[in-house]
Amino acid sequence: MVLSLSKDTIQVVKEQDAVFLKNRVKETATKIKMGLVNQTRLITAASELVRNMLRYANGGRCDIEVVSSGRNNGVRLTFTDKGPGIPDISQAMKDGFSTGKSLGLGLPGTRRLVNEFDIKSKIGEGTTVMVIKWANG
Amino acid sequence: MDRIPILRMGSFLLVTIQVDLYDRLALTLEADLVQMVNKTGARGVLIDISAVSIVDSFMGRIVGNIASMSKILDAETVVVGMQPAVAITLIELGLPLKGVHTALDVEKGMALLKSMMDEDQETDQEEIEDGPVVE
Repeated sequence: MVLSLSKDTIQVVKEQDAVFLKNRVKETATKIKMGLVNQTRLITAASELVRNMLRYANGGRCDIEVVSSGRNNGVRLTFTDKGPGIPDISQAMKDGFSTGKSLGLGLPGTRRLVNEFDIKSKIGEGTTVMVIKWANG
Repeated sequence: MDRIPILRMGSFLLVTIQVDLYDRLALTLEADLVQMVNKTGARGVLIDISAVSIVDSFMGRIVGNIASMSKILDAETVVVGMQPAVAITLIELGLPLKGVHTALDVEKGMALLKSMMDEDQETDQEEIEDGPVVE
């Protein structure tokens, strides 16, 4: 059971919003005493996901939540956009696959950096990516 | 517009990134740096990232690009001062930064660049010595 303790929503429409978002994620992670390496993993993951949202969906919103499960505290980030959607998620999760000009490491790399990862997408409706990083996970 | 300053030290260029990079800033740096290498004929580029707390796949790619672009302009790139947490995330992300020289701090980075230049000169001299003797 994952309980949400606090929630904060940030709208992302331009590149500078990404900087603000990363700072907010860092604040939240510091608040629950997440170690530096895990903080870096989480913020890097946020950085990848927010770039995807800006590049492929012209922005969207991100919910930052403090969550707890038993004794574990963590940060949950949910990125929601109303972009074109991802036609083939399993392909998008493969290392080296990209429809843009990038290296294709964003989604698969992000999955390796966090503890829980979930992606849902509907063509023409948008994409939602949820990640959780536990403070000591 | 924000810009990251590029300092010239002899035949080397020195870049210290003191702010968290965002995409456009990184792209501007890439273009500025490659132009500076060309304009000054620099033989080495030293990038200090000790104040950078996050390097994601895009930034990593820019650093790799700078190294490869400088390489074909005959300049070596050394990245110094990477934070341990950044090294961990880069590898987990799947970005081993191949082809980029690294050193722990600016001092060691400078030494590395100098030693690479010295090696270069030695091989140049050997080629001259071993070259055909014209009578």
